[in-house]
Amino acid sequence: MLTIAEVDHVALLSRLDLSAEEKKLYGDQLSKILEYAKMLDELDTGDVPPTAHVLPLKNVYREDRVGDHLPLEKAMQNAPERDGNFFKVPRIV
Amino acid sequence: MAQYEAVIGLEVHVELKTNSKIFCPSSTGFGGDPNTHVCPVCLGLPGVLPVLNKDVLEYAIKVGLALNCGIAEFSKFDRKNYYYPDLPKNYQISQYDLPIAEHGYLDIRVEDSEKRVGITRVHMEEDAGKLVHQGNISTTPYSLVDYNRTGVPLVEIVSEPDLRTPEEARAYLEKMKAIIQYTGVSDCKMEEGSLRCDANISIRPVGSEKLGVKTEIKNMNSFKALQRALHYETERQTEVLEEGGRIVQETRTWDEARGITLSMRSKEQAHDYRYFPDPDLVPMVIDREWVKRVKAALPELPDQRKARYVSDYGLSDYDAAVITSTKELADYFEACLKEYSNAKAVGNWVMGDLSRLLNAGGVEITQCRIRPGQLAEMLVLMDKGTISGKIAKAVFEDMFETGRDPGEIISEKGLVQISDEGEIGAVVDDVLAANPKVVDDFRAGKDKALGFLVGQVMKVTRGKANPEMVNKMLKDRIK
Repeated sequence: MLTIAEVDHVALLSRLDLSAEEKKLYGDQLSKILEYAKMLDELDTGDVPPTAHVLPLKNVYREDRVGDHLPLEKAMQNAPERDGNFFKVPRIV
Repeated sequence: MAQYEAVIGLEVHVELKTNSKIFCPSSTGFGGDPNTHVCPVCLGLPGVLPVLNKDVLEYAIKVGLALNCGIAEFSKFDRKNYYYPDLPKNYQISQYDLPIAEHGYLDIRVEDSEKRVGITRVHMEEDAGKLVHQGNISTTPYSLVDYNRTGVPLVEIVSEPDLRTPEEARAYLEKMKAIIQYTGVSDCKMEEGSLRCDANISIRPVGSEKLGVKTEIKNMNSFKALQRALHYETERQTEVLEEGGRIVQETRTWDEARGITLSMRSKEQAHDYRYFPDPDLVPMVIDREWVKRVKAALPELPDQRKARYVSDYGLSDYDAAVITSTKELADYFEACLKEYSNAKAVGNWVMGDLSRLLNAGGVEITQCRIRPGQLAEMLVLMDKGTISGKIAKAVFEDMFETGRDPGEIISEKGLVQISDEGEIGAVVDDVLAANPKVVDDFRAGKDKALGFLVGQVMKVTRGKANPEMVNKMLKDRIK
C-alpha cells in the first residue's frame, strides 16, 4: 500500500492539489495498479539484458535541415492564455 | 579555527551550432520573434515523433574527443520529468545512465601550476524555452514564455569535483570555452547564453577527505560572475560552519547586482526526475569508424597550438598560452604572421597594445579594425626606421580607431622619424646648451640624467627623432 506521504509526494510532483478523500481514493487506486504490475516480478528475468527500447531499431537520424515552422496563430492556438507573441503562464515560484 | 578548502565541480551547458533543432527541423536561429521558430515537435504537441539530428550526435562526439573522453559504444536518450513552463512537454529529453562520452579531462594553468581536471561525462539534451518575468522571478504577477529556444541542441559537460578555488574554476571554464570554440561546434557566447555554467560547491577542513554538504549555484553569466559567486559562497559556507551551523543542500542563485547568492525556494527543489528511457527515440550504437573519422578531422586544439607556438615560433609558454586562449586571437596572430615573419614582434603587439585596446573598448578581436596586413605593414615601417617604437604606439591607436593604413596616418600627421644627423644634431646642441647642470650630473655619473636629455630632444621633435641616434649623439657630445 502507498502511504499518504507517498501520495503527497507524487501529487506534488504532478502539481496536483488533492483533498484528503482524493488522496485516499487515488492512493488505493494507485496501490492496486502497482500490485497488478508487480506480477511481472514473478518472471525470471535473470538472463534478459536490460532493454533501452522495445523495438529492434537503432541509429535513426535526420539530416540537419531547417523545415517549416508553425504559423504563429497555429502555435498559439492551444495557449491557455497569451500576451502578444508569448504564452502567458502563472508565476512559477 | 579550522582552515577550510572549497571543493568545486562545474556543469557547463553549451549550445551546439546546428541549423535545426535537436529533434525537429525548427530553426535554431538566435533572436527571432517569440514563438516563431517552433513546430509541433518542440511545442510538445501530442502524437509527434522526435528524431535525432545527426549533426548533434557528431558534434557531441567531437566535444567528447576534444575533452579526451571515451565515446560510448551504446547510448540512449531518457526523459527527465519536471513541471516547469519552459518545457512544454513537462519533461526534458536528456541522457541519464548512458551518456555519449565519459571519463575525460582538461588541463588548466593557474598562476604557475598546471592541473588536470577530470571530466565525468558529456551528454546531449534539448534546451528549454525562455521565460520573461516582469522584474523578479518571485514577484512577477505572471511569466511569458518563448519556445524558440526549446529543442536547441545542448551538450552538458560535468566535471569531477577537482577544482579547489574560484580561480581554478574560472580557468577551467575559460579553457573549456577555448577548446569548444576551437572545435567549431558552438559560438560559446556567455552573453547570449550559448555557454552557461552552474557550480556545485562544498567546503571541508584542509586535509580532510570527506566531502561536505554542497550547494548548487546558478545564474552566473560571465567568467567574473563565476569567480565572484564562488568566492562569496566559500565565505558564506565558512561562516555558517564557524558559527556552528550546518550547510543545507540547496540550489542558490547568484545575484550579480548585490554580489551575493540567494537560496531558491524549496518547493522548486522537490526534485524527483523519474528518468526513464525515451520510448520515442531509438538507441544509438556508435560506429567506431565514424568516431575515428571525427577524431581525425578534429582541428588543432589550444594546447597543441600553444605547443606549436613555443616550438616553432620560440614564444614563451606564457605568451603562447595567452595568444591561444581564444581561437580568434590565435587566428589573428597567424594571419599577421603570414605577412610578417617575426613572431615575437607580432606576439608582443597582439598581447600588448592590441589586447589593451580591445579590452578598454570592449571590442572583440573579430571586430578589430586593424587588419592583420596593416599590423604587418606597421612593423615593417618600424624595421625600416620610418617610425620609432614610441611613434608606432600612437599610430597603432589611430589604426585601431579608424582602421586606416599606417602609412596614411604617418604621412598625414607628419610622424615620419627624423634620422637626419644635421636636424637632430641641431636640437641636441640646443638641449645641451639649455641644460648645463644636467650635463654636469651625467658627467658625474648620474646615468638617469641622460634620460632627461633624451626626453627633451624628443619633446622638441614631437617624438619623431630616431631615439638611437639621439642617445648616441648626446653621449658623443657630452664626452
